[in-house]
Amino acid sequence: MRERTRSVLGSWDTVVLVGLVLVILIGAATVDGAATPRFWRFVILEVIPIALIALPMTLVIITGEIDLSVASVLGLTCTAFGQMWAWGVTSLPALLALCLLLGAVLGAVNGLFVTGFGLPSLAVTIGTLALYRGLAYVVLGDRAVANYPPQWTTGAIRPIPGTTIPWTVLVVGVLAIVFGIVLHATPIGRGIYAMGNNADAARFSGVSVRRTKFWIFVATGAMSALAGVFWTLRFASARADNGTGLELAVVAAVLLGGVSIFGGRGGLVGVLGAVALLATLRNTLQLAYVPANTLTIITGSLLIVSVVGPNVAAAVRERLRRRRSTTSTTESAAG
Amino acid sequence: MRAGTRSVRAVVLAALAALTLATTACTDEGTTGGGAAPSAGATTIKEGLKITFLPKQVNNPYFDTSDNKGGKVAVEEFKGVYAQTGPSDTGASAQVSYINTLSQQQVDVIVVSANDKDAICGALNEARQGGAKVVTYDSDTNPSCRDLFINQATAEGIAKSQIKLISEAIGPDGGEIAILSATANATNQNAWIEMMKTELAKPENAKLKLVATVYGDDNDQKSFAEAQGLLAKYPNLKGIISPTTVGVAAAARYLSGSSYKGKVQLTGLGTPNQMRAYVKDGTVKAFALWNPADLGYLAAYAAGALASGIITGKEGDKFKAGKLGEFTVGANATVLLGDPFAFNAGNIDQFNF
Amino acid sequence: MAAQTALRTEPATPARSTAGARIVRRAFVVRELGIVLALALLVVVTAAVNPRFLSAQSIKDLLLGSTILAILAVGQTIVVVSRNVDLSVGSVLGLAAFATGSLFVASPNLPIPVVLLAGVLLGAACGAVNGALVAAARVPALVVTLGTLYVFRGIDYSWAGGRQINAANMPAGFLWMGSTAILGAVPYLALFAVVVLVVAGLYLSWYSSGRDLYAIGSNPSAAHLAGIPVGRRVFAAFVVSGALAGLAGVLHAARFGTLDANAGLGNELDVIAAVVVGGVAIFGGSGSVYGAAVGAVLLTTIGSALPVLGVDPFWQRAAVGALILAAIGLDRALSARLARRLRTRRGGRRA
Repeated sequence: MRERTRSVLGSWDTVVLVGLVLVILIGAATVDGAATPRFWRFVILEVIPIALIALPMTLVIITGEIDLSVASVLGLTCTAFGQMWAWGVTSLPALLALCLLLGAVLGAVNGLFVTGFGLPSLAVTIGTLALYRGLAYVVLGDRAVANYPPQWTTGAIRPIPGTTIPWTVLVVGVLAIVFGIVLHATPIGRGIYAMGNNADAARFSGVSVRRTKFWIFVATGAMSALAGVFWTLRFASARADNGTGLELAVVAAVLLGGVSIFGGRGGLVGVLGAVALLATLRNTLQLAYVPANTLTIITGSLLIVSVVGPNVAAAVRERLRRRRSTTSTTESAAG
Repeated sequence: MRAGTRSVRAVVLAALAALTLATTACTDEGTTGGGAAPSAGATTIKEGLKITFLPKQVNNPYFDTSDNKGGKVAVEEFKGVYAQTGPSDTGASAQVSYINTLSQQQVDVIVVSANDKDAICGALNEARQGGAKVVTYDSDTNPSCRDLFINQATAEGIAKSQIKLISEAIGPDGGEIAILSATANATNQNAWIEMMKTELAKPENAKLKLVATVYGDDNDQKSFAEAQGLLAKYPNLKGIISPTTVGVAAAARYLSGSSYKGKVQLTGLGTPNQMRAYVKDGTVKAFALWNPADLGYLAAYAAGALASGIITGKEGDKFKAGKLGEFTVGANATVLLGDPFAFNAGNIDQFNF
Repeated sequence: MAAQTALRTEPATPARSTAGARIVRRAFVVRELGIVLALALLVVVTAAVNPRFLSAQSIKDLLLGSTILAILAVGQTIVVVSRNVDLSVGSVLGLAAFATGSLFVASPNLPIPVVLLAGVLLGAACGAVNGALVAAARVPALVVTLGTLYVFRGIDYSWAGGRQINAANMPAGFLWMGSTAILGAVPYLALFAVVVLVVAGLYLSWYSSGRDLYAIGSNPSAAHLAGIPVGRRVFAAFVVSGALAGLAGVLHAARFGTLDANAGLGNELDVIAAVVVGGVAIFGGSGSVYGAAVGAVLLTTIGSALPVLGVDPFWQRAAVGALILAAIGLDRALSARLARRLRTRRGGRRA
C-alpha cells in the first residue's frame, strides 16, 4: 500500500500549498477583514505555539512513533514558569532556560520509556499526557499567576517595526529552517525516514534508531516548553489547564500536511502549510460569521479527507492500471 | 519527486510569498474605529450600533437568558445590531480568539463576562485601541481593560443573602458548610466568596463553619462529582452554598437522588426553571438570584449609551435604560442592577426563566 | 468453506492442552487478578480511613460513576484488540445523550426501551462510519477516529446550539432508573454494564468471529492469509464500539438529567486509560473486557478515594498517568517473560 500512496503523497505538499493560496485569495475577496495586516497578526499569534510543536512532531511521526503528551508539557511548563515567577525568579533568561530544561527532561522521560523499555509510544504518551497535566495541577492547583511585568507580555507579541506581525514568528522561522535542514539535508534526516520505513533495515544499515528517537523526544519536549513560555506571556496568565487539547490540533495539522501515520513519509513544507491553512481557514470563517461548530466539522472532515483521499485516488489508479494491462502478475500486498 | 511536481511547488511557494508580502508589508493603517467617534454630550442612543455579547460560555442557560432574552431585546429597542458569540468551554484564554475576531469585525461595543480577570486583558485593550468600547457584565476583568462594569448585585449583598439563606435552612444549631463554586479564577465568584467569609466571621454566624471550597468549573458533570465528593469527605456537612446556576442545579440533582436529601441543606444562585423540581420535592428550601434578563438588558443600554457618548464611565454619569429606568454610574465605572431576590416554594411559580 | 473451518478448528484442540497455552492463560489470570487486587487494596485502605466509604450511598455512587466508563471500555477493548483505536466515543456519547433528551422533549411519553434502542442505533450508525473508513478505505483508525471526534462533536454543537435540556424535561421514570439502586447500593444502571460485559466477554471467547479479532490484532497479514474476513470483522468491531457508546449516552442522560453539547467531552482519554490499565495491549492481540471493566472501576474509585484519603484531589490526574505507565510497563515485562518461557519450553521439548 505504501507503494501506491507514494506517488500521490509526494505531491501532497503542493495540494496543501495550493489550498492555502486559494483560501487566502477567496477569503480576501469575499470576507471583510480577511487577509489584512491585522488578520495576519491574529492568525500568526494563534499559530506560533502549534507551529513550534508541529516541527518536532513531524519528525516523531516520520519515525513511526507519536507523542500525545505535548500539550501537557506545555501546560506543566506554564505552571512551572508561573510558580517560579511567584517564588521570586525575576530574570527572564533564567526562567526561559529552566523551562526549556524542564521540557527536555519531560521529553527524555518519554524517550526513555519508548526506546529504553521498548514500550509503544501511543500508550506511553497517553500516560505521560495524564501524568504531566496532573503535575501541572499539583503545581498551581486551580490558581493562575498573571502579574508579569508588562514589558514581558507586550514584548512577546510586539510587532516587527513597520508591520503588524509579531517578531516571535521569526524565531519560529529560524527553528523551522533548522528542523528542515536536519530532516531533508543531513544523514540524520535520511536515517529518520529510513527507520520510519523499516526500523530493522535501518538498524542494519548503521542508523542508531534508539538514540535518534530518544533525542527526537527530547527535542519535542523542549519545543513544547518553548511554546509554553510563549503561551504564558502571550496570555499573561499561567494556569494548569493552558493548552488542553492542543495535541490533537498539532497531530491533525501534521497529518493534514502529508505525513503518513505509518511513518517514513512527509515533509516540513507540507506540515507548515497545513498549520497555516487550518488557522487561516478557521479565522476567515470566524470573520465570516460561520459558527464555531461548523469549523469543528470542517477541521475533522479535512483530516479524514487528507488520509482517505490519497488512498482512494491510489486505489482508483490501481484499478485503471490493472484494467489496462493484459497480464497482471503483481497482486497488491495484503495491506 | 517528479520534476513537474517540484516546479509546481516552487511556483506555489513564490505565489504564497508574494501574497503574504503584499498583505503584510504595508504598515498598520490608522484603524478607524467601529463607527464614528461618540459625540460627547449626546442624549439619545445612535442607531445601527453593532453590539456583541461574549459570555463566559455559550451553552449556559443563565447567559442564554441574559443575552438572548435581555440584551437582544434592548439592542433591538434602540435599533442596534445584536450578536452573541463565545466559547463552549470556560477556559481562560478561550475568549481571546473571539475578541480578536470581534475587533476585526469592527463592532462598536463588546459586552463580555470574563472567565479570567487578566487573561483577556491584552486582547481587550487591542480591541479598544481599534476603536471598540468594552463593557463587562456578570464577571469583571481588571478595571484597566474595560470601560464599564455592570454588576448584578454588590458582593456584600450576594454574600449576605447566601449566608442568611443557608443559616435559615440549617437551623439555629448551625454546623459545617461548604461552597461549590464555578471556576477558581472567576472574578465574581472570588469576590462573593471573600465577602461570604467576612459575613461568616460575624458573631451571629458563629455556629456556621466553612470547611471546604470546591470548584465545579460551571461544568454539570464536574459539579455533580464535586458535590458527591464533598458529602463523602465530610460526614458532618450540614449545608452547601453554590453561587452558580450550573453548580446549584447539579448539587440539587445529586442530593435529591441520594440518601442525604433533606438532611444536607442546599442554597445558591439558581434559575427558577432549573430549581423548581427540587424546591417542590424539598431538597432546596430557598435560593436567590436576580433576573438575568434584566442584567443583559441593562448591559445593552449601558453599552449603547457609552458608544453614543451619553456617558463616559465617569462616576456620576446618568443614563436611561429603557423600561428599567434611570441608572447612575458608581465608583470604579460600575453600574449596579439591584439586590438579589430570594425564591422559595411560595413564589417560584410566578417566574419563568 | 467447510474445509476452511475444519482447517481453523483443527489446531485448536491440541493447542488447548499444550503447556504453552497453559502458561499463557495463567499469565492472563495473573494480570486480571493483579488489577482486582489493586482495587481491593485501595478500597480496604480507604474504608479504614473513613468507614463512610463503604456505606450504601458511597458504593452506589462508585458503581454509578464507573458504569458509563465500563461500557465505553468494553467497546473500546473490542476495537483495540484488533489493533485499532476509537477516539470518537466521547463525541458519540454526547450525540446520543442529546438525542435522548431531544426525543423526550419532543414526546415525553416515549417508552424507555424505545429511547435505548434509538441511542444504540445512532451510536451504531456513527460506528459504521468509522468502520467503513477504516476497513474499506484502509485508513489508520487513529486518524479516522480523530477526524470523526471533531466531526461528531461539531454536529452535536450545531444541533444543540446553546441549548441545555433540563432534568425537568425528562420523564421521572427515566431519571429514576438513572439514580436508584437495589438495596440502596447496586444501581440499575450498573446492571446494564454487567449484561454488556458478560455478553461481550462470551462473544470474544466463545465465538470464532470474536476470536478472529485477537488474530487480526496479533498479525493482520497472517489473519488475512488464514482466511479471516479482516475488513468485515473490523467494521463490525467499530459498529459495536459505536453502539455501546450510544448506549452509554442514553445512560448518561438518565444519570445526569441535564444535558448540553459538552456531554462526554474528553471521555476518550479516560476510556483508553481504563483499557490500558485493564491489561489490554494497545497494539492488539491480547486482553479481555473483564480486565478493561475492572480498570474502569479502578480509575473511578481512585477519583472518589483520593479526597477521602485526604490526598489533594489535584494529584488524581497525575496518579492516573503514573498508573497507566506502570500498567504498560508491567504488561511489557510480563509478555517478555512469557515469550522467554515459551521459547525455552519449546526448545526443551525439541531437545
